[in-house]
Amino acid sequence: MFKRRFWAVILILLSALIGYFVYSTNWVKVVPATETVATTTISSNHKFKLGLDLNGGIELIYKADTRGIAAGDISGKMNSLKDLIERRVNMFGVSEPIIQIEKVGLVGSDSSEQLIVDLPGATNIEEAIAQVGKTYVLEFKFLKKEYENATSTEGLTLEQTFESTGLTGALLNKASLEFNGTTGEPNVALQFNKDGSDLFAKITKENVGRRLAIILDGNIKSMPVIREEITGGKASISGGFVGSAGIKEAKDLVNNLNLGALPIPIELISTQSIGASLGSEAVAASTHAGLWAFIVISLFLVLWYRLPGLLAVVSLSIYVAINLALFKLIPVTLTAAGIAGFILSLGMAVDANILIFERMKEELARGRVLADAVKEGFARAWLSIRDSNTSSIITAIILYAFSSTPVVKGFALVFGLGVLVSMFTAITASRTLLLAIKHDNAGKIMHFLFGSGAGK
Amino acid sequence: MFIIKNRKIFYTLSIILLVVSIGSLFVWGLELGIDFKGGSLIEIRYTETKLDQTTIEKNLSTLATEISLGNYVLQSVGDTDYSIKSRLVSDIERQKIENAFSNNGTVKTELKKVNSIGPLIGKEAAQKAYVSIFLVILCIVLFITFAFRKVSKPVSSWKYGLMAIIALAHDVIIPTGVFSIMGHFKGYEVDTLFVTALLVIIGFSIHDTIVVYDRIRENLSDSNKLNDKKSFETIVGESVRQTFVRSINTSMTTILALFVLYFLGPEATKHFSLALIIGVFIGTYSSIFIASALLVTIEKFQKKV
Repeated sequence: MFKRRFWAVILILLSALIGYFVYSTNWVKVVPATETVATTTISSNHKFKLGLDLNGGIELIYKADTRGIAAGDISGKMNSLKDLIERRVNMFGVSEPIIQIEKVGLVGSDSSEQLIVDLPGATNIEEAIAQVGKTYVLEFKFLKKEYENATSTEGLTLEQTFESTGLTGALLNKASLEFNGTTGEPNVALQFNKDGSDLFAKITKENVGRRLAIILDGNIKSMPVIREEITGGKASISGGFVGSAGIKEAKDLVNNLNLGALPIPIELISTQSIGASLGSEAVAASTHAGLWAFIVISLFLVLWYRLPGLLAVVSLSIYVAINLALFKLIPVTLTAAGIAGFILSLGMAVDANILIFERMKEELARGRVLADAVKEGFARAWLSIRDSNTSSIITAIILYAFSSTPVVKGFALVFGLGVLVSMFTAITASRTLLLAIKHDNAGKIMHFLFGSGAGK
Repeated sequence: MFIIKNRKIFYTLSIILLVVSIGSLFVWGLELGIDFKGGSLIEIRYTETKLDQTTIEKNLSTLATEISLGNYVLQSVGDTDYSIKSRLVSDIERQKIENAFSNNGTVKTELKKVNSIGPLIGKEAAQKAYVSIFLVILCIVLFITFAFRKVSKPVSSWKYGLMAIIALAHDVIIPTGVFSIMGHFKGYEVDTLFVTALLVIIGFSIHDTIVVYDRIRENLSDSNKLNDKKSFETIVGESVRQTFVRSINTSMTTILALFVLYFLGPEATKHFSLALIIGVFIGTYSSIFIASALLVTIEKFQKKV
């Protein structure tokens, strides 16, 4: 008896500690980046991680065009695509961006790759799309001979008026920002790699007198006349970078040329943006709902099951503490659906207790003494608890593995964790607490306390 | 046990509900959310004063012809918000829509939420939804067959699985039918969260059914040991009676939690919790009144053959 009580006290103390840990390390607050203030994250190692729908932010989903890429190369290229976008996004100043690759399509032929970019706290959709998806295709093309003396090329496409030289941004070694000594205007200095330098020298040598256009993303940046062979592989893009906006543009260009072009073309297929106010409303509503759900369930338990009901409330509190601590430690990114899953699991977690209590009551009715009834009730309820929870775990695993949206994944994770933890608390907490209560020589009062419903 | 004795009444009740649900699904179908069919959902909030709805409607209809927006649905959400659902709009088109709400910037608005989903991703989501529902059901039959492998008399273990599946189909079809009816009259949509709700309902209902079946398993083996020659019908009846309070109480606590979520929880999970409330209710009903009764029916049927 003493030993059981000792463990019960230890259990409650431990849970109180876990509860304190949860309470003392509060929410993650991400302050959106602005023009002047760098993004700040109030950092603690253990805070609830809130998903975009609670925190506000932008989610962009891209489909990667993997046609023309050998199947074996796809995953490597996707990874470098991910790295590249990660660096771009970091430059953009969003804190804790989450970038994931997801394989879409279940079998072979029609499978494709998606890239999911989550930008917590970001608010400007246009800017986000522009930053992530910029292509930065840099090309060097000759103006076709027949147009060299034309006064206007209006109505003609770039393909019609220019011919390819084979020299592109892919052959760059490095780009850097320079300022013109006399005008102070920025220009972007380009240094080709070995192949690029050789090609550049060959082109310039063989085509003296022709016009070579530098085309960025389909816009002609400049179109100088080739005067002589250029060796050493140096070129520069100048003109058009005016004022402070020009400097920023030139800087961005330098950064992006250095990062390189996207290894796989991508297409935006889904945009989602949640305003910060909507997010905080959802957090408030979820917290509110969680709290009230707990109170209502507790009241029901105590009113119906009396003393064991009260113990069930204690064990439910332990359940909540462990779960919340796990959310922080794993960490689980909480979404509105995830919190809904947790609230749902509150209702279901009670089930193990109810199964045990009902079984206990039957054993009491069969004339067993209280202590035996508790033990027997627990032992007999265990099979039901195990089997029924196994089916819930199967559901959670399949949901997690086959869901296409982070919303459903988040829900499945919380739900699955909830089921596991509820089994754990049923075996440990509920059992320890029930056995710790003195029920030898149980009198009338004890029988009343262990009764339930309208019964005596 | 009156439930098992009067099983025909409950069968009839369930069949009526099923016929209505399936009928509604055939006639009206489901209102699919944009995450399944693709499209854009934009929510705008008026931060100071609100533009009157007729102006908004006028602005929007002018814009609709300009950018050939096609069919769109404008809804007012709460006191200060509006949502508009339309085909997939581009970034520039979205800004034009914002302008229609702000009357070209004369009234202050805030972009509350944007959700643009390409048709491709929607197709993918729908496909995954079917696959996961199918997989969950398959795995659960296998699991029940396994868990009840020692029970073979008088009804073999895979039949427990089969009857559980019939009860499951019942639990999935009825909430879907309700959403089909609500979709027709009130525009309730079926989205990925709804599918999630269905999967949870499946999990919950099977959870409930297993508890009853588990009791039948135990009572069968007790009865064998005592050799008291109780009929299968009696044993099932007793098992249902013994698990009755537990089933109701567990569903009670779960439904209480869901009601709280429905009334106090965030807007985003309102329909989700409604689907769950209906499903948990129906799931509990079917575990008590249908799934076990079906075992008795199949046992009687076996005897006749």
